[in-house]
Parts: sequence; structure tokens; C-alpha cells
Amino acid sequence: MKVYMLKRLLSLIPVLFVVSIVVFLIIHLTPGDPASVMLGEEATKQQIEELRQKLGLNLPLYQQYFHWIGGVFQGNLGFSFFMKESVTKAIFDHLGPTISLSILAEILAIGIGVPMGILAARRRGSVADQSFMGLSLLGISIPSFLLSLFLMLLFAVSLKWLPVAGYQPLSNGLWNHLQYLIMPAIALGTMKAALIARMTRSSMLEVLNSTFIKTARSKGVKERHVVYKHALRNAFLPILTVIGQTFAGLIAGSAVIETIFNIPGIGQLIINSVLRRDYSVIQGAVLFVTISYVFINLAIDLLYGVIDPRVRLNRK
Amino acid sequence: MGAIQRSFEGNVELSRIKSDLKKQQRNLLIRRFFANKSVLIGSIISIFLACVVLLAPFIAPEGPYAMEVANRLQGPSSAHLLGTDNFGRDVLGRIAYGAQISMGVGSSVAIISSLLGMMIGLYASYFRSLDSVLMRICDGLMAIPGILLAIALMAAFGAKTENVVLALCIVFTPHIARAVRSAALVVREQTYIEAMKALGAPSWRIIWLHIAPNTLSPLIVQATFIFADAIIIEAALSFLGAGVPAPAPSWGNILSDGKMVIFQAWWMTVFPGITIILSVLGLNLFGDGLRDLLDPHTNQAKK
Repeated sequence: MKVYMLKRLLSLIPVLFVVSIVVFLIIHLTPGDPASVMLGEEATKQQIEELRQKLGLNLPLYQQYFHWIGGVFQGNLGFSFFMKESVTKAIFDHLGPTISLSILAEILAIGIGVPMGILAARRRGSVADQSFMGLSLLGISIPSFLLSLFLMLLFAVSLKWLPVAGYQPLSNGLWNHLQYLIMPAIALGTMKAALIARMTRSSMLEVLNSTFIKTARSKGVKERHVVYKHALRNAFLPILTVIGQTFAGLIAGSAVIETIFNIPGIGQLIINSVLRRDYSVIQGAVLFVTISYVFINLAIDLLYGVIDPRVRLNRK
Repeated sequence: MGAIQRSFEGNVELSRIKSDLKKQQRNLLIRRFFANKSVLIGSIISIFLACVVLLAPFIAPEGPYAMEVANRLQGPSSAHLLGTDNFGRDVLGRIAYGAQISMGVGSSVAIISSLLGMMIGLYASYFRSLDSVLMRICDGLMAIPGILLAIALMAAFGAKTENVVLALCIVFTPHIARAVRSAALVVREQTYIEAMKALGAPSWRIIWLHIAPNTLSPLIVQATFIFADAIIIEAALSFLGAGVPAPAPSWGNILSDGKMVIFQAWWMTVFPGITIILSVLGLNLFGDGLRDLLDPHTNQAKK
């Protein structure tokens, strides 16, 4: 297990190296001079030259990279010229809403997806199975930003049950916090729920057809016990993979959703920085999200061994 | 003389059997096509949308930019089937012309990234030294969540339709390369490839004439899904103001206009939204069905 963990960690190094280069190059892919693009058309030559100095754009490319990556290793992601604060601070200031939203969406996705998948697998071919699978196909085909517009039309414009957009931190009371997050969480969670439901169904079907389930049934084990204790535990590995991938994807998917619902999270920070051409924030935030994405997936991978002893033994 | 005659007859016989076999194979493919509901429904939807793209000038003869200021924000009526927007432009006309842009971006991304990805995947699978470098680059690009990479690239390139295509190609090429590579790795180990090598065939010949055709089915399936994904991301980018620039009627732009007047004009959100869902659903069904059709293991119409 330890060897496996070490190998897995080492394999991340080249991936993260490529990621860092791509993220670093974003600013240099701009046609023309990034400093003059950032300052707008009215900037004087002197201002542009000052900014070039500050950003280190006059150094050779490889020196700029080492300078930047050296800062990253010390937790310094650069300085935002629009917010007049360090990028690291800006990211941590915007982290709370994104985490709240992601957790709520994931709870919704698992709470709906797993039971739906189990039910569909137990009654394979029934009306329930077919309608669940139809629903999940629809869920996969509706992009989350469209779903959020539809939800907004229904719950905020027509029914007026929920506020259109905005955000209240948890310290202002749980309901205040939640009522702003319900629609974005549903919008983000629906596609994930659909993916989880499909994976749960196919994984459960495979296990339910295996011989040890037949044995358990013929021993007279209660059906509920068979499904939840014997089958689900064995079917859980692929389900966990999907859950991990969706959780990591939530943070990225929230970019559009947060902008629509005006939630001051990382996603909105990135979009606003794109519109303001605040490159150091874009670089820092994309790097941050990608690293968390990679490490969440790593954690899930390592969790397999804890959940399933077969994996633990095979990997020795 | 007699022997030559016989062998000639034999050849005729053989070619007749061959053509019969081909006909049978074609019939089998057609039968499978109609037995496979997903492919059928998916292709009907896709053909319908292709018709919309081609017929846009007939659906909206006045073009997507014609404004009738007196008729701003009118609901669906007989004059404007899907209503008018905040500038008095016909929403149906904008959706129809938007189909040209959105489907155009989607299809060009699917085609360009397929070609590039195929090249990268094939060469990576054949030359082991290239493999580790190319695949590490692909892994790195794939580690960045797709929509974020697209947004970041658009921030660098600037909002322009060509740049949307470029950014999405960078996002999706690694996915194709991975799919092609894994298919090609299997083919590479087959005996007939070994035989080709032993006969001294040049590597380009082995790669393009003998390995490439065997990677086409996963490639086509993957390309259909990328077509759908590209439509979604293009709409999202344009919606955020980082995609196709404003007055052009891409579906994301119509939605973005609609968001500003969401309290007055539901039709500006609902109709382009349904169009996007329909096209994505159609392409996903098509891709799903195609995978079943091309993969003999999961085929339902085996007869």
C-alpha cells in the first residue's frame, strides 16, 4: 500500500508540472503586450513600462517561470492589480461560498442519485427503472447553467418562493444561508445526480447477478440485507469514483453558476478577473482549483484501499 | 489452359461471394441502425437541426439583426412565433441564425480536434519515446477542468469566434488523443502488424493504412460527444461574455440578453434553452447508440 501511495504521488509530478506551464503561459498567449491590455487604452507609456517591470515581463521567459513557480511553492500566487491585494488572500476570501455550494450540491446528488440507482437496479426493466434512466439522460443533457436559468424563471420569477440571486454567509442564520444556495445547488447537483444514478445502477446490476448474492438469498438472508449490506458494499467502488470526479468537477462547474446567481465564490472571482483581464488572479485561481481537483481525485483513489480490502491486498 | 480457365472462373466466383458478403454486411448495418432506437432518434434530431441551420435565411428572411423598436419584448405571437427580444429582434430568427454559429463552432471543434488528436494518439502509440512526452502533456491539459481551461484561454486570446474554436480544440484534443491511443495500442500488438514490420513496411504506411482505420470507431463516438460538449461550453462562454462577441446571435448570447430581462421575457430564456438541450440530447443519443452499433459486444440486434 505504501509503495502504491508513493508511486501514485510521484506520478502527479509530471502532471502538475505541465499544468503549471500551461497556467504560466496564459498571460503570454495574449496577442500583443499583456501589460497594455491590462491597463486599457488610456494608459501612458510610462505606466505600461512600470507594470511590465512589476510583472517581470522584461525578463527572459524561463526566468519568469522560475520566479513565478518559486512564489507558488511559498504560497505566493502573485498580486492582483485590480483588487490591490494578494491573489492568495483573494482566493481564500472567496473560498467559503464555493465550498458551501459544492457540499450542498454533492449532498443533493448523492441523496438522489444513489437511491435512484439502487431502485432501478433492483427492478430492472420496470417502469420505475425506465423512467429513472430517462430522467437521468435528461439530467445529463441539460447543461447546469441552463438549468439554473430555468429554475430562476420557475422559483424566483413565477412562484417567487426564493430570492433571484445573491448570497448570505452562514453567520447570518442557516435559512438565510440556504435559501440563496438551494437553486444553484440543484442546478449543479442534477447532472451529478444523473451520473451517480447511472453508475450505481450498472454497478449494482453487476454485483446483484454474482453468485455470492445468490448464495445469500438461498440462505434466506432478508432482501433488504442482501441489497444494502452485501451488494451495495461491493458495488460501491465505481460509485465512489464517480462521486469523487463529480465533487472535483463541482468546483469547476460553479464558475458559471456563481456568476448567474451572483455568489461571491471562486468561480465568480475567475469570471470577473477574465472580464477585467486580471491575469495574475486567473492564473492563481485556475492553478488552485486544478490542484484541489487533482488532490481530491488522489484522496478518492487512496480511499479505495480503506474501503475495499481486495484492492489493498492486490496492490501490495 | 484448362487450369487457367478454372482459376479464372474461381476468381469470378470469389468476387461474387465477396460482393454478396459486402451486401450482407451493409444490410446488417442498416438493420442494426433501425433496431437501435438511440441512433435513430438522435439522428432525426440532428438532421432536424441541420435543416434549421441550412434554412435559416428562409425562416428569418430579414436576418438576425433586424430590429423593430416598436415591438420590443413582445411575447410569442403569429407575427413572431417565439417573441421578440429587448431590441425588437425576432427570437426565432436569432435562434435559427444562432444555430449556424453554435453548430458551426461545435462541428469545427469536433473535426479539428479529431484530426489533431488522431495524429497525436497514433504517433504516441507507435513510437514509445514520443508516447511518454505526449501523454504527459495530455494528462496535464486534462487535469485542468475543461470549462476553466476554456475560460482562461479565452481571457488570453480575447473574445472572438475563431478563438472559441481554438480554445475548445486545445481543451478537447487530449481526450481524442487518449481514446485513439488506447485503441491503437491494442491494434499495435496484433500479428498482422508484426508481419507488416517484418516485411519492411515503412512506419507511416503501418500507422495510417493499418492502425488508423481500426481506431475510427472509438474516435467517431468520442467526436460526437465532443460536438455536444463544445456546444455547451460555447454557450456558457458566450453567456458569460467571454465567447462569441455580442451582437452575433450565438445561443449563449441570446441567453445572456434574456438573463437581463428575465422578469419581463421568459421566452428569451426558454426557447434558446430548449434548442440547446435538444441538440445536446440528440448528439448524446446519437453517440450512445453509435457506440452500441459499432461495438459488437453490446449489440442488441445481433441477428
